[in-house]
Amino acid sequence: MALDSKQDTNKRDFKIVGTRPPRPDGIDKVTGRARYGADMSAPGMLVGLVLRSPHAHARIKSIDTSRAEALTGVHAVVTRADFGDVEDGATADTLDNCMAGAKALYDGHAVAAVAATSDAVAKQALKLIEVEYEPLPHVTDVDEAMAPGAPVLHEGRTNETVPQGMSANVISRCQFGHGDIEAGLAKADRVLERTYRTEATHQGYIEPHACLASMGSDGQADLWCCTQGHYMVRNTCAAILGLEQGKLRVTASEIGGGFGGKTTVFLEPVALMLSKKAGRPVKMVMTRSEVLRATGPTASSSIDVRIGMTKDGRITAGFAELRYQGGAYPGSPVDMGAMSAFAPYDLENVRTIGWDVVTNRPRQAAYRAPGAPIAAFAVESAIDELAKGFGLDPLEVRLKNAAREGTRASYGPTYRAIGLEATLRTAKDHPHWTAPLGPNQGRGVACGFWFNFGGDTCVSLNITPDGTVTLTEGNPDIGGSRASMSMMAAEELGIPYDKVRTVIADTGSLGQNEVTDGSRVTFAVGLATIEAARAAKREMCRRAAKVWGIDEDAVVWEDGAAKPSGPNAGEFPPMKLEEIAAIASNTGGPIAGHFEVNAEGAGVSFATHMVDTEVDPETGAVKVLRYTVFQDAGKAVHPDYVEGQFQGGAAQGIGWALNEEYVYGEDGTLQNPGFLDYRIPVASDLPMIDTVILEIPNPGHPYGVRGVGETSIVPPLAAVANSVSDASGVRLADLPLSPPKVLAAIRSR
Amino acid sequence: MVKVRLWGSLASAIGDQTEVEIEAGTLRELLDGLAERYPALRPQLDRGVSVAIDGIMYNDSWFTPIKEDSEVVLLARLEGG
Repeated sequence: MALDSKQDTNKRDFKIVGTRPPRPDGIDKVTGRARYGADMSAPGMLVGLVLRSPHAHARIKSIDTSRAEALTGVHAVVTRADFGDVEDGATADTLDNCMAGAKALYDGHAVAAVAATSDAVAKQALKLIEVEYEPLPHVTDVDEAMAPGAPVLHEGRTNETVPQGMSANVISRCQFGHGDIEAGLAKADRVLERTYRTEATHQGYIEPHACLASMGSDGQADLWCCTQGHYMVRNTCAAILGLEQGKLRVTASEIGGGFGGKTTVFLEPVALMLSKKAGRPVKMVMTRSEVLRATGPTASSSIDVRIGMTKDGRITAGFAELRYQGGAYPGSPVDMGAMSAFAPYDLENVRTIGWDVVTNRPRQAAYRAPGAPIAAFAVESAIDELAKGFGLDPLEVRLKNAAREGTRASYGPTYRAIGLEATLRTAKDHPHWTAPLGPNQGRGVACGFWFNFGGDTCVSLNITPDGTVTLTEGNPDIGGSRASMSMMAAEELGIPYDKVRTVIADTGSLGQNEVTDGSRVTFAVGLATIEAARAAKREMCRRAAKVWGIDEDAVVWEDGAAKPSGPNAGEFPPMKLEEIAAIASNTGGPIAGHFEVNAEGAGVSFATHMVDTEVDPETGAVKVLRYTVFQDAGKAVHPDYVEGQFQGGAAQGIGWALNEEYVYGEDGTLQNPGFLDYRIPVASDLPMIDTVILEIPNPGHPYGVRGVGETSIVPPLAAVANSVSDASGVRLADLPLSPPKVLAAIRSR
Repeated sequence: MVKVRLWGSLASAIGDQTEVEIEAGTLRELLDGLAERYPALRPQLDRGVSVAIDGIMYNDSWFTPIKEDSEVVLLARLEGG
């Protein structure tokens, strides 16, 4: 059969993609019908709670659980002794993070857990567990952790990239770039050298981690949880508990935010082990304090930057040395930071060096474009300072140095079609750029980059007997994917949007699916959805051909119907999808399309942000007055959601820039484990964040889609800092720009 | 032969060679060839890499074809949030 499947995203006239239909999860969420992680229950269910270390660093000499186990209502107590050894290094670290082994490595590290008939009994049982600790010296600062003589968390974890003689807390070194830095700097009219620091920030999702585990005596288990990737949960828990993956079925609940922080496990293996020991279902729900103390914030950092610029704004060389601490285990996103730091620019001479460091903090978890906002803060602040120093327009300087198609990226490859220049030109032409500013007000801009990726993806598209369509996919919907998948399926099939319902399958219903991360879902699951729809169309054309008694190659699919086509096809009225569906049993059985792929070809994404702030010279408080995001989306499938991603990234970046930070006391314990003291921006703190969607099609996707979920958090840290500098006349290099810091800088001017 | 560009840490492991040549027609042949010819790269290859072929990122697709004149760049393994 012939299909209208050859896509040219520049010419294609989309009918559904690009519109703004109602979100399919909207009614459930506003009426309370949506079921989140803590909403699941089961007959005979127990309550699971975790005992956590009060020390930042301590050897666990002994744990006596006998009194807790003897308490009426307690059905199980677990410690690390209940878990076997895990071979894989990263999974072993995950187990150790879920339940401490020989040492407690940070304040809040889990050391034991109980399952009891009620919350009150479980809390009482935790008090009866006796842990004998030997407190050890601790370190929570990245630079202090790298210093010789710093308290050491682990021996023998340093890899072959680290030179001899460094602290054992330094895990790895990476380096990227090309050209000759010193030669490039020698050509500059000014070389700026600065050190920047950023604090750890939490993803701040509204829904705390929660799960319900049920493991039977036959070794089969079910788990319901709030996660960005239930296949990852299945595989990780199976490895930790020594289960076959097929014996554990995981169902993802509705999710109240993730932003990268729910791409690993914390409670799930513990709940399964408690259920196994108790022989009953166990539900666990974290408190906000537990979320902040024991789940992944992002890294904190210190970064040295050297950039050379000519007086007409050409960057002659860029160098950055990035030091990221990622908490108590290897794996900070410093390599992503080092790769992305100068990615927006076309540089002849560029080098970045990254150091991954461990400290006595909770294990970092991914946070939207992991590592990139931190690096962009340093580089974009330095570029801005240089541009201002020469009296140059900061947008013009960025345009002069912007990466374009054919530019060799600072991290190695040559760019294909990219949209950075378009975002900059659009920003320059936008009314925001020339709007007047008042006293103590300033304007800042910054650029950002993210890679995006694809990965393992499965989709099944089923035609029901009445001609409606059910699309089954395996990625939790964290940003509107059910709507966008339904739209792409409807577009491809030529049927109305409301005829398609997209559901998220459990791990027993589809093959392996990569986590919802890397801005991958609209790209990868969308690609698979389109291909599954095409498979279904091929089958429906084949059924029509059988009915008409003509060759299947003489049937095309147009406007939601099979039609005869070609000189010898004959004259038949179009057969609509619902007509073919109604006779499916008579023509060969149910009709479905499916597609399984490791989706490669995700296109990189760029953004430019512009922000106005006002600084109160009496208090140092910063108010965000106006904010505009310019970002390339490739093709915006549902523009409302794309705008939401842009706005959400900007809002989180503003919080990172102005307020959010992990505050540790002298004893290494977290001082602000609650939203009263760890302050994320709320609606009243922010203006309406304006968005401009640019569409430079990704050649790797049938509709030109690029991921949009992460790039939007990359520029705001620097954009806000540049704006505050413009408003106050002082430049701060340490985030957050909290009122005391800003005031001190103004007063020391 | 395919020319492969290495990031700095990998280059350091093999005597600061920033570019090497490998006989390979697919991604799998490329990674196997690198590990065999340059054992010092094996720890990083085992930890995982991403590969950019003509500007497109690949993580795991072994049979992705590579042309002799393709631009091939080894990168740190990409992760997202």
